[in-house]
Amino acid sequence: MTISRLFIANRGEIAVRIIRAARELGIHTIQAYSEGDADMLAVKLADEAVCIGPAPSKDSYLDIAKVVAAAKQTHADAVHPGYGFLSESPAFARALAEAGIAYVGPSAETIERMGDKVAARQAAEAAGVPVVPGSKGRIGTVDEAAEVAKTVGYPVMIKAAAGGGGRGIRIAADEAELRKLAPQAQQEAQAAFGDGGLYLERAVQNPRHIEVQVLGDGETAIHCYERECSLQRRRQKVWEEAGAVCLDDETRETLCASAVALAQAVNYRGAGTLEYLYDSDRNEFYFIEMNTRIQVEHPVTEMITGVDLVQEMIKVCGGEKLSLTQADIACTGHAIEVRINAEDPLMQFMPWPGKVGAMTLPAGEGVRFDHFLYEGYQIPPFYDSLLGKLIVHAPTRAEAIDKLAAALEELSLEGLKTTAPLHKALAADPGVRAGDFHTQWLEPWLAAGNLTKATTGGVS
Amino acid sequence: MAQIQSPLPGTFYHKPSPEEPAYKAKGDAVAVDDVIGLIEVMKTFIEVKAEAAGTFAGYVAENETPVMAGAVLAELDD
Repeated sequence: MTISRLFIANRGEIAVRIIRAARELGIHTIQAYSEGDADMLAVKLADEAVCIGPAPSKDSYLDIAKVVAAAKQTHADAVHPGYGFLSESPAFARALAEAGIAYVGPSAETIERMGDKVAARQAAEAAGVPVVPGSKGRIGTVDEAAEVAKTVGYPVMIKAAAGGGGRGIRIAADEAELRKLAPQAQQEAQAAFGDGGLYLERAVQNPRHIEVQVLGDGETAIHCYERECSLQRRRQKVWEEAGAVCLDDETRETLCASAVALAQAVNYRGAGTLEYLYDSDRNEFYFIEMNTRIQVEHPVTEMITGVDLVQEMIKVCGGEKLSLTQADIACTGHAIEVRINAEDPLMQFMPWPGKVGAMTLPAGEGVRFDHFLYEGYQIPPFYDSLLGKLIVHAPTRAEAIDKLAAALEELSLEGLKTTAPLHKALAADPGVRAGDFHTQWLEPWLAAGNLTKATTGGVS
Repeated sequence: MAQIQSPLPGTFYHKPSPEEPAYKAKGDAVAVDDVIGLIEVMKTFIEVKAEAAGTFAGYVAENETPVMAGAVLAELDD
């Protein structure tokens, strides 16, 4: 089947992005919206729109029965879930399948399997994808722990084999420390779970977050190279790049090939992302999880490869074969995306759902701003704070940062407080310019007052 | 009668979590800076604090309802 009526089960900037992609493919668009979103840009842009319930997400965007009923009622032949909300719900994918509506994403089975941490790790190992080195199973004695730690490499994390979550995790820097900490961990595990068995895993120090974009049609999978998203605050990415300049060509090829192997092994359909930790000291990468949907930061990949990922996922989920082979995918230059959130970075990132006043958006060669704003729009307080994504593309990383800094100067959103000042400060920071950061870098940088210094010119 | 207004637009909650009782009940003593509810704004929970002392007269905005900035959430008897 070919998709002719696409229902968008999402909101905000990604809904706008999907409508534009679908329109270029000649597809009729149907936008779902909550009562809190009646004024949003996607509702104005779509060919038709349907209200799916009250403002709270649980009563609208997260309500599977309501979303499926609205898709049926509007005679949609496919649903695009965007990211967040129901985009990784096997139950949603199944409900659509039962209603005879195509899902723009992989099968419910694949979503389920890759959404389960243990099953995903097993699938990765079976496909030959490296995971964080750890013990094969339960460890019963301290001597055994020391033996395993030697092969895994220090520092190691000691966890209770029976436990879950972060409870009782200890980190040992060497064998002496391990011999001191392991018995404590055993006693604690015995007391808490009635089982003193331990599990060991290498503690990756200051890792970088690197991810690989894949596309599949259910038979063939290809990659569109990698992104680096190490600048994070509270585990939320704030600044993303394509490619990862910390990788040498050989590592990059091995990494991307491993992602394709796993995507191929699970018969992946649609656009997906495999996330890895990268240990730059060892030049090693480890799979951590797969996101079975389009990601917020997909535009940086589009900028360097020229592939429209959203169109490609719509096409393959309508039953077409991939329109590209691996040989068609080439990278040009470097791209950076920064997230413009409705938050005041100088007030502990307090949410700031204001009303959009006069708006000046940056433009020009290699500048893209994906957003859902218009002058006079009241930003609803019910959803996340992402307003838009400023994306730049230039021949080199240094030029991309310069272009980003210039575009941020051009951007003006009156009536709002946004994270733009954070990005201006980051773009000027010598550490960021040198690419010298990791996932644990941004929070200490903020805690040390670097943002305040940058925005007040050093005067407090 | 003093009013406690919402500092931000969002969803108002009387309780710290669904299983717990409301922060205040009619007749409770309220001191300056006592938390009387939560506003959920863009997935962040912000505590609403009393700016004046008094006796709690009751919630004006209902639990788990959308409120605008400046909306009256609760009232205090002097």
